Amino acid sequence: MKLPLPPILIYALRRVVQAVPVIILIMIGTFLLLKLAPGDTVDALVGDMGGADAAFIARLRAEYGLDQPIWVQLWRYMAKLATFDFGWSFVYEQPVSTVLLDRLGTTLMLMATSLSIAFTAGVVLGAIAARRVYSATDNIISILGLVFYATPSFFLSLMMMYLFSVKLGWLPVGGIKTIAGFYTGWDHVIDVAKHLIMPTAALSLIYLSFYLRLMRASVLEVADLDYVRTARAKGAGETRLMIHHIMRNALLPVVTLLGLQFSTVLGGSVVVETIFTLPGLGQLAYQSVVQRDMNTLMGIIFLCALIVVVVNFLTDLLYARLDSRIELA
Amino acid sequence: MTSLDTDLSPAEPPRLVVFWRRYRRNRAALLGLVIFVIVVLMALTAGLVDPGDPLRRAGDPLTPPFVDWATPLGTDQLGRDVLSGVFYGARISLLIGVVATLVAIAIGVVIGALAGYFGGWVDDVLMRVTEAFQTIPNFVLLLTLVAILGSKIEWITLAIGIVSWTAPARMVRAEFMSLRGREFVDAARNLGVSNTAIIFKEILPNALPPIVVYASVIMALSILLESALAFLALGDPNYASWGNMIGQGRAVLRSAPYCAVIPGIAIVLTVLSFSLLGEGLNDALNPRQKKQ
Repeated sequence: MKLPLPPILIYALRRVVQAVPVIILIMIGTFLLLKLAPGDTVDALVGDMGGADAAFIARLRAEYGLDQPIWVQLWRYMAKLATFDFGWSFVYEQPVSTVLLDRLGTTLMLMATSLSIAFTAGVVLGAIAARRVYSATDNIISILGLVFYATPSFFLSLMMMYLFSVKLGWLPVGGIKTIAGFYTGWDHVIDVAKHLIMPTAALSLIYLSFYLRLMRASVLEVADLDYVRTARAKGAGETRLMIHHIMRNALLPVVTLLGLQFSTVLGGSVVVETIFTLPGLGQLAYQSVVQRDMNTLMGIIFLCALIVVVVNFLTDLLYARLDSRIELA
Repeated sequence: MTSLDTDLSPAEPPRLVVFWRRYRRNRAALLGLVIFVIVVLMALTAGLVDPGDPLRRAGDPLTPPFVDWATPLGTDQLGRDVLSGVFYGARISLLIGVVATLVAIAIGVVIGALAGYFGGWVDDVLMRVTEAFQTIPNFVLLLTLVAILGSKIEWITLAIGIVSWTAPARMVRAEFMSLRGREFVDAARNLGVSNTAIIFKEILPNALPPIVVYASVIMALSILLESALAFLALGDPNYASWGNMIGQGRAVLRSAPYCAVIPGIAIVLTVLSFSLLGEGLNDALNPRQKKQ
């Protein structure tokens, strides 16, 4: 059957269909983790009430469907997740989805800024290093890349805090805004931006090294190909050669890495958000572990997985746009 | 065979010598090896060279480094010896790193081998599972596993292994897919060798070199994951750990930054040594791959 659709749309649809089994597996996974965790919803409820008698607990279990066979429970759980109903948080006394939505913006902002900085700087530095391969510039860039790769994000964050907040007093230590500031308009934006400088810098410096190293290797490989020699023989200048001929192909593996790395960066934000007390999903994940708020934790896992799937879908589309050799249909 | 042997003159040097010659050409890799040996020596001699329990009071609280020779690198806010913490921390980091890497590679090899060897629906199912694991941010999954299993060192190590197996699984799968059609595999199959024996005795040894190189990356990442857990005070409190030292040093960052800086440098150097070792191993094991 031939559908009258543009190939890019068919490609996109196929990608969406491929993501479905992965999401179902993650639903099953979070269900299993919930079952593995000590205590269930009723235990949390009863703990919240300060105790109850056995008959009442049994009735509650029946009411929540916890006396049903495991398959029925799994099915109900998945049906609820599919409608973004993540259950009730006994720590925040709110539906988990409300708690998560509150925190989502901060994390997305942190991710978007750090990843764009890491990606852009990594690509540019990697390209520079590769064009001057084995020179002093290349060595300095490569060594910096190795060192940042080896530095734990929490250590880098602490050192930046020590330098910029404790010693120089330029930047706030943590939080998303000055609590007693009550800024409005542009003052508010500037205030938030100031609070985001260090967390963004910490995350982007760590992940910059991944893109830098891959970009350097990739440019070196592409620069050796015949078509680049042809272009040079035809008299293309170095800048034009780099931007028009080399970069486009050298970027492909880096774009793939951007998608693959996204879930790792999201994981890295747990540590950075906790250190800088940013009210995002990462900090919430840490607090949920400490407070044993399993419903919220599972909600975070599921939401993060969804974000990763969406980002991977977007990078796939970007990849298809960059590399016209990709079979779309 | 004897006629063949005579053709092989001059005698090739032993493989280990060839390997070492290739390895030492990379100066950065040599530096990595030196740091690595120092860290291993620290882990082995913890408690011998520098006596004293890293979790017990050794001197006055917050003695700066290079002041008292009983505690050469100073003490933290509870009077615990920083140097002794660095030595014992090396032991824990390496121990967790090695065991977690073995766990990750064991899971990765089994899943990757089954997927790559059998293909078809086995491959489909196992690859969807791998993708699901890759989709969940690994540090969030690690936190969840630790929340469920508890903070004992055995569970932490297992949990780090469980969140790190996807990359080796993909590598093993790719190797198996390219090797399963080779003649030596067909030959073994025609001789009636079982699937298990073909996977583990015939194909696996040929698929190992890239995985050995990648082990250094997993090792570095495992050490970083463990230190981040310990930094967040979710590690095993019964063992001195670099991450935990930094986490506690945070409280006295203003007055005694060395409490956080010294173990931090230890982590950076250790992870750096693994990256450099990995590059050296790659050059030595896959000499043709080196790009100029």
